[in-house]
Amino acid sequence: MSTATIEQAHAGHGAHTEPTGLWSWITTVDHKRIAIMYFLAATFFFFVGGVEALLIRIQLWNPEQAIFSAELYNQLFTMHGTTMVFLVAMPMAVAFFNYVVPLQIGARDVAFPRLNALSFWIFLFGGIYINLGWFIGAAPHASWVGYATLTSTAYSPGLNTDFWFIGLSIIGIASIAGGVNFITTIVNMRAPGMKMMRMPLFTWMTFVTSFLLITAIPVIAVALIFLGFDRTFGTVFFDPSMGGDPVLWQHLFWIFGHPEVYILILPSFGVISDIIPTFSKKPLFGYPIVVYAGILIGFIGWGVWSHHMFTTGLGPIADSFFVAATMIIAIPTGVKIFNWIATMWGGTIRFTTAMLFCIGLLAVFTVGGLSGIMHAAAPITLQQHDSYFVVAHFHYVIVGGAMMGLWAGLYYWFPKVTGRLLNETLGKWHFWTTMVGFNLTFFPMHFSGLYGMPRRIYTYSADLNVDLFNQLATIGAFIFGISALIMVWNLWHSARKGDTAGANPWEAATLEWSIPSPPHHYNFPELPVIRSREPLWNDGEREEVLAVTMLEPETEPVMPVPSYWPILLALSITVAWGLVMTGIWWVIVLGILPVFFCTLMWAFEPAFPEGH
Amino acid sequence: MAQAVAASAHDAHDPHATNTGVSNFKLGFWVFLASECLFFGTLISTYMVYKGSALEGPYPAELFDIIKTTISTTVLLFSSLAMVLALHYVHEARKNLAILWLFAVIAMGGTFLVMEYFSYIKYIGYGLTIGSSTFGSSYFVLTGTHKAHVAVGMIWMAILAWRLHKGKIPPSKSDQVEVAGLYWHFVDIIWIVIFTLVYLIP
Repeated sequence: MSTATIEQAHAGHGAHTEPTGLWSWITTVDHKRIAIMYFLAATFFFFVGGVEALLIRIQLWNPEQAIFSAELYNQLFTMHGTTMVFLVAMPMAVAFFNYVVPLQIGARDVAFPRLNALSFWIFLFGGIYINLGWFIGAAPHASWVGYATLTSTAYSPGLNTDFWFIGLSIIGIASIAGGVNFITTIVNMRAPGMKMMRMPLFTWMTFVTSFLLITAIPVIAVALIFLGFDRTFGTVFFDPSMGGDPVLWQHLFWIFGHPEVYILILPSFGVISDIIPTFSKKPLFGYPIVVYAGILIGFIGWGVWSHHMFTTGLGPIADSFFVAATMIIAIPTGVKIFNWIATMWGGTIRFTTAMLFCIGLLAVFTVGGLSGIMHAAAPITLQQHDSYFVVAHFHYVIVGGAMMGLWAGLYYWFPKVTGRLLNETLGKWHFWTTMVGFNLTFFPMHFSGLYGMPRRIYTYSADLNVDLFNQLATIGAFIFGISALIMVWNLWHSARKGDTAGANPWEAATLEWSIPSPPHHYNFPELPVIRSREPLWNDGEREEVLAVTMLEPETEPVMPVPSYWPILLALSITVAWGLVMTGIWWVIVLGILPVFFCTLMWAFEPAFPEGH
Repeated sequence: MAQAVAASAHDAHDPHATNTGVSNFKLGFWVFLASECLFFGTLISTYMVYKGSALEGPYPAELFDIIKTTISTTVLLFSSLAMVLALHYVHEARKNLAILWLFAVIAMGGTFLVMEYFSYIKYIGYGLTIGSSTFGSSYFVLTGTHKAHVAVGMIWMAILAWRLHKGKIPPSKSDQVEVAGLYWHFVDIIWIVIFTLVYLIP
């Protein structure tokens, strides 16, 4: 995939040809290359998290098995959750933000290209940091929600939880920087005539998601700081014997955690809002309503967090409020689903793999949405809380919603990235093995949950009569694993030998399809003037746009210069934050000095070539 | 100047043109400050939630000296005035006056930090530490985070003063000082909230 990008990048223009080689990738500030690195890193972590899931399923094949110890099982499910949320679903979405948003709005790069590179490297180092625990047998083990007091030094004396909170807080920096970057890019860097209400839906949902990132991540950051101080400097934030309140952790975690759910799902809503119109040959039904529904989801998403805490005992008034808010948020989500169906209604539908994943998302996400509305009622949650029913629910919305949408986006935008189409036959194998494997894994969990099987326990009693459901789930998980291998084979194979795509293989309407595939490193030789939501579907406007976007310019536009300070700063931040937790003041000062130095060097390095 | 930028916003040849006329740097920083609001909001909320939950003393009423804190608060708030004047003189290309007012910002920020440092020493003397109670933990982490912000701001101002001295911040690059000013005013405003909620409410 990467080689194709480099080789075809503007061959023939000797003066400014894009550099190649490993060093050029390490120092790159090009949003397209950063996107590819995000995607590859997230795919790597997807396999790490996937293997953890398969090990969990092996352990649960039979009741009262002890293939893994309870302690190792705790580490497996903790790291599976942490990895899939923070190291797979989020960065995979960010990969798409990076590649697609500047192309959709007609920009040459994001607002802060070096900050963008910094985000990637911080995410990568943070992700590696969390996983370091595996090598000394002390991976995080207090579940991905890390409830106090399980994370206190009394109940988690080893380094396990230290890897967890340090790694997560490092990654948080990347998310906030990314949110700042994309909000600024979308507000400030649209091509002439690209009004907000003409932006493609994917860009809109990136915009909403970015606001959720900059507002939700600081809350978990503070919670992690409290946890870190409790563990390292002896504060008593979550120590009940000193008046500390473990419920405070739950509140802070879920005030972040519920917007986080929408951080995961909204990008996928954006992806399919762009794909369904393309393969239905119809403009999106009710564009403004879909936009407003997305914004509304973002807002209400801030007011539902305590529905994760109905069993905590907050009292009937608080519970009633969160029951109502949770039911209300289903409305804009339902509106969107009807808009997508109405877009397909009467359209000329092409069942490409990308479209299949969109339709698959509509089906399975709706199942997850329905079980979500069941949970909205506090009395029902009291029965289902911490059972496999909940596990089934959130896998239906996160895998069936967020991941399905991202895979749809992969098949849709891969030709833009590489200039080659993904193989459709392999794609359909990927889709159908995903559908069968996914549903076989998670649908039986509804039953095992209702029969009373608790989550996060390393085994279960034969008296529960849930053996069959667990064995079905394990078989499904392995089929799901095979689907991921098919996907990777397809990526590898098609990047080198796939059919040539051309600028607009899908006859899509939006701006990213007006430029060559793969794009020049400067994206647009001249900025096009936009006059509608579907510039490439309107006669007249299409020709005007293409006349500009397909130009071979005499002199290339001035682009930001590469820099090695982002990777160095990311490295120094990771090391410094790791050292803070030693609790020794001179080590801390020593650790902060390189951060200070790298920040200064970064600030004084010109972002553009001399004279610009 | 804002109009001039807006007029050229759609000029395809200018890599620094923007849709809003506000530079990316300034807009991005406003967005970052929004993020900081949630950061301090969480710290302040935690303090408020834990107010009165300390199982053992010393308690806030025994420690806080409103008069001294009012003086240090006043000094910090006046530093915002100095910041405004520094930016004003950068716009007017009178760099020595701009540097002078930046030093005033640093001096007032420093005075604030020193006064607060002596209050910390006093509180610790009375037995209030970061681990002595929920009050101690939430008080020191909240105000400590704020002081770290003040310290970072002082370093930033010093760097700006040095760059002004070298002639690297002409009026056309006043954004550099303006954004530092946004940061400084933000840190002051956060202190107004902390002062009100932590010190003034009994």
